[in-house]
Amino acid sequence: MHELGITRNIVSIVEEAAKGRRVTRVTLDVGRLSGVTPEAILFCFDIVARGTLLDGAKLDINSIEGRGRCRSCGEAFETRTLFEACGCGSRSIERLAGEELKIRNMEIEEAA
Amino acid sequence: MIELEAQILAKNDALAAKNRGWFLGREILALNLVSSPGAGKTTLLERTIRDLKNKIPISVIEGDQATSRDGERIRAAGAAAVQINTGAGCHLEADMVEKGLAELKPPFGSMVMIENVGNLVCPALFDLGESAKVVILSVTEGDDKPLKYPHMFKAAEIMIVNKVDLLPHVDFDVGAAIGNAMKVNPAILALRVSARTGEGMDDWYDWLDHRMLQSRL
Repeated sequence: MHELGITRNIVSIVEEAAKGRRVTRVTLDVGRLSGVTPEAILFCFDIVARGTLLDGAKLDINSIEGRGRCRSCGEAFETRTLFEACGCGSRSIERLAGEELKIRNMEIEEAA
Repeated sequence: MIELEAQILAKNDALAAKNRGWFLGREILALNLVSSPGAGKTTLLERTIRDLKNKIPISVIEGDQATSRDGERIRAAGAAAVQINTGAGCHLEADMVEKGLAELKPPFGSMVMIENVGNLVCPALFDLGESAKVVILSVTEGDDKPLKYPHMFKAAEIMIVNKVDLLPHVDFDVGAAIGNAMKVNPAILALRVSARTGEGMDDWYDWLDHRMLQSRL
């Protein structure tokens, strides 16, 4: 359950950036090969956000598909696991995407 | 909308980089030992300390959710140890290691072993500033574990297959286990040892020697 610690990181980074303003929405990029489960972050988020500037904010998670490029033949393809081999047989794959663990943006409450 | 583009683990990564510089400047080899609970991390450390303590000072940072049992075992073997209880936490983070180092004060040119919490999932994501991750897999587990927990085997520089003295009694296929680890991490090095009987430990010590040399400036 490292997602609890990760969610605490998310809330603390966003709170710092919000500089006292209320946050209404946060959007994350989470790669499918990042080792982090979006459902678990969603589960933790409301609890961790309680009593902070993010209390009641909506959390959107973009799930990023894994992609790699074969170092041997140069072919780029979708990778569903960390250990997929290329069609040419090579297992030396450069990761292009899928390991993201990033806060993309936030929306803050407009001053009335 | 405010663009942030912030790495979620940036704080830990920055502290890990600081630890890494701290080790480099002191020519210390720092290893992050990871495995499932019960794979034999503490036993491997105890034997390593007993066999090497006259050659090289070893200090140990012990991570556990609770109790100071492992720390006591390590001290009894002859190394300085600091125990960090992570409580509900399932892994060590870089700030805990930083605090542990301040307490341990490992000497110049020595070795620091960081025994992470027994868990093959979470510790893979948290860089501690170590020189290398060492993953320990015991033959009483499944030989498909590298495929089930690929992040850890991908992050590790070396895999120790432990408890090989039990091989006659279990179905574990060492070749298959190493093959599975290499599917995830073609560069991973594999050693077969029994920390209990001492079988294969010389290969481990050779690797430590080699890595110690690399940590010299």
